[in-house]
Amino acid sequence: MQEIPQSFSLALSLIASLDANLLAIAGLSLRVSGVAVLLAALLALPLGAWLALARFPGRQGVIAVLNGMMGLPPVVVGLLVYLLLSRAGPLGSLGMLFTPSAMVVAQALLIFPIIAALVRQVIEDAWGEYREQLLSLNASRGQAMMALLFDMRFTLITAVLAGFGRAIAEVGAVMIVGGNIDGVTRVMTTAIALETSKGDLPLALALGVVLIAMVVVINLAAQGIKTLAMRKHG
Amino acid sequence: MASAASTSAGADIASCILPLRVEALGFRAGDVIALDGVSLNVMPGTRNIVLGANGAGKSVLLRLLHGLLAPTSGRLQWHGGDDADVRRAQAMVFQRPVMMRRSVRENIEFALRLVHAADIDKKAAEALELVGLARLADRPARLCSGGEQQRVALARAWALKPEVLFLDEPTASLDPAATRAIEETVNAMHAAGTTIVMTTHDLGQAKRLADRVLFLHHGRLVEDAPAKDFFLQPTSPEAAAFIRGELLW
Ligand SMILES: Nc1ncnc2c1ncn2[C@@H]1O[C@H](COP(=O)(O)OP(=O)(O)OP(=O)(O)O)[C@@H](O)[C@H]1O
Ligand SMILES: [Mg+2]
Repeated sequence: MQEIPQSFSLALSLIASLDANLLAIAGLSLRVSGVAVLLAALLALPLGAWLALARFPGRQGVIAVLNGMMGLPPVVVGLLVYLLLSRAGPLGSLGMLFTPSAMVVAQALLIFPIIAALVRQVIEDAWGEYREQLLSLNASRGQAMMALLFDMRFTLITAVLAGFGRAIAEVGAVMIVGGNIDGVTRVMTTAIALETSKGDLPLALALGVVLIAMVVVINLAAQGIKTLAMRKHG
Repeated sequence: MASAASTSAGADIASCILPLRVEALGFRAGDVIALDGVSLNVMPGTRNIVLGANGAGKSVLLRLLHGLLAPTSGRLQWHGGDDADVRRAQAMVFQRPVMMRRSVRENIEFALRLVHAADIDKKAAEALELVGLARLADRPARLCSGGEQQRVALARAWALKPEVLFLDEPTASLDPAATRAIEETVNAMHAAGTTIVMTTHDLGQAKRLADRVLFLHHGRLVEDAPAKDFFLQPTSPEAAAFIRGELLW
């Protein structure tokens, strides 16, 4: 069992030497999950806010489904996107399967419900507090939505980052639709899975350390932004 | 602050939505009858003070008049204008005003932008001047003290130049100086033509401000009288007891 400490020191040296392979994989992870979170947030922010203010029959059901979809299994999302994008699938002609774009789509689908459900909750709570004031000021539905999104901006950062954290750490969806092709669609999580199964622990560990560090730093930053902003804006 | 009366405050044109006629207005939620059979008129240019103990129905009455609640019985009819005019011609200052997460100035500009007002910068500056908060213009509104927030809310309402201003216990938790500042602003707005409908617990305040007193007791309007009549010779035992400072149940 000498292997583990040894792997650890190798892992640290990979990180310290800014190993090109490591950087490429980590970079792709960041790009894929970054674009996915951007896309998902772009849709989830207005939709979540709309759902918070809208009143229609079946609304509770929609909310329940949305909340339930926060726990979608990544492999199932991967499978669905695979079926959509495969040669015989409805979007097969796009030729997106096994490209980073396919991975973006899968991750965006995976985290959209997470962000939308959190946004809905945040905006609905705020609406409870602001409703009478905004109605009194003659705000339309749309104006109220925009005002609430803006006023809750620091809390919403947390919702978006929760989506990012989920995206960058999942392996099932990107594995299926990306295919873990070396230099093309290999991201941190799929690389860790592969290297571990090959027995190449140093790279797997190094990637694991980088992944955890990224998630921690991003969450700390989010917390910091929120605390500072709250102190500044009340 | 008193000079505000001579600026362009208040309704620019003679009131067009008043008088407001209220007939047998009622509001119940489940078993609770918050308001029952309230009939009254609100005439242009008057200062109407709604008095009553905790839970008497003052806030519910204001919300109904302002259109934030729909009556469960009775009706309420504004004299003129379509629905949009009627909405646009009113403003309300809440007991706990909501400040947006922006600066004091931006809070006022936000309200002006919602109604597509022109000269937003100038109007916001004037409003802050009126309530004596010009020096706090750039402070985040949520970090202002309770009294300052109350004045921001009043400035926000003033900037909209409503014909009718509703105020729900605007000075309930304020110190005497802040209370006086609010009262002066309310009077300045009234002098400029705004009709005032305000609730309070404070008899002194009611005496200082009221042209007319509406006294609510357990959801019923038990007295509707010119202010001096109300304080000198209340006609209902409930109002007499309230003025003497007795508990009534
Ligand atoms: N939405 C509601 N649902 C149920 N009950 C309500 C509702 N709004 C008000 N009430 C009840 O109606 C009564 C009158 O409430 P209201 O807030 O108008 O009192 P108030 O005169 O403003 O009292 P205070 O001086 O304490 O502000 C209270 O008993 C209250 O609990
Ligand atoms: Mg009240």
